[in-house]
Amino acid sequence: MERSEAELIAAVLQGDAASFEPLVQKYSPRVFATARRYARRESEIEDIAQEVWLKAFEKLKSFRGEAPFEHWLMRMTVRTCYDFLRGHQRNRESSFSDLSESETDWLQKFVAAPESVNEKADAAKLLIERVLEKLSPPARLVITLLEIEDRSVKEIAELTGWSVPLVKVRAFRARAEMRKILSKMAKEQYL
Amino acid sequence: MNVTELQRKLIAAARANAPDDRVPYAFEKRIIARLPGMNATDNAALWVRGLWQAAVSCVVVAMLCGAWAFFNPGSNSGEDLSQNLETTLLAAVDQGDQAQ
Repeated sequence: MERSEAELIAAVLQGDAASFEPLVQKYSPRVFATARRYARRESEIEDIAQEVWLKAFEKLKSFRGEAPFEHWLMRMTVRTCYDFLRGHQRNRESSFSDLSESETDWLQKFVAAPESVNEKADAAKLLIERVLEKLSPPARLVITLLEIEDRSVKEIAELTGWSVPLVKVRAFRARAEMRKILSKMAKEQYL
Repeated sequence: MNVTELQRKLIAAARANAPDDRVPYAFEKRIIARLPGMNATDNAALWVRGLWQAAVSCVVVAMLCGAWAFFNPGSNSGEDLSQNLETTLLAAVDQGDQAQ
């Protein structure tokens, strides 16, 4: 018979570390999908996921069972991703001079007829990745959670541990930062 | 260029491309192996521990032998150790000579 999450967690807390495996198996897809929003290389993504699970095991005693385990784990995942962003700010200063042909084409089509460009094109995906990489860590986190994942300010506050006013302030600054980066890109391409 | 519209389009592009949720093969096994208290016994570590214990035992035996030799000089009956060694090594030759 399959054991419930609460039973598995209780068993882990009593010293049966093997009971942790079904939890890792069940929630790893979510952890990996989240990590892939913030890191590009597979080795980095796996390092983030591994860190999340090792932290979860260490801090399992602090899980009180009031909220679902998944929420508790996702808070830990988002915070680990944020720490990763703060430690890896390598591409923030690079310019937009090395855009690929498909990205340049997509931008040209956008300039000619903004409403006709396809958002699902690979070029658009590459462009947004470039732009996100240039954002500061808090701005990238807020844009990802608020605009891309469509989460509420309250949810973001719970996930990040920031206060609701701080999330609002950071969201405002993040949008401004993104517009500044896009303006820079436009200038580099068309001036 | 309309930057606000570009921002909206690019955010829409990011939304349309949800990240992959695939997990590397046997990832959960690797995590379980790394948990504190779940480390599989390392064969190399066992060998190293055994060899250190053997080395300590050898040093103790050597020191005891040395102490015994030092405190019982009479057991050599005044003969030189090199002569004893020579006698022992050449014992077979001596026996051969005597037999002839």
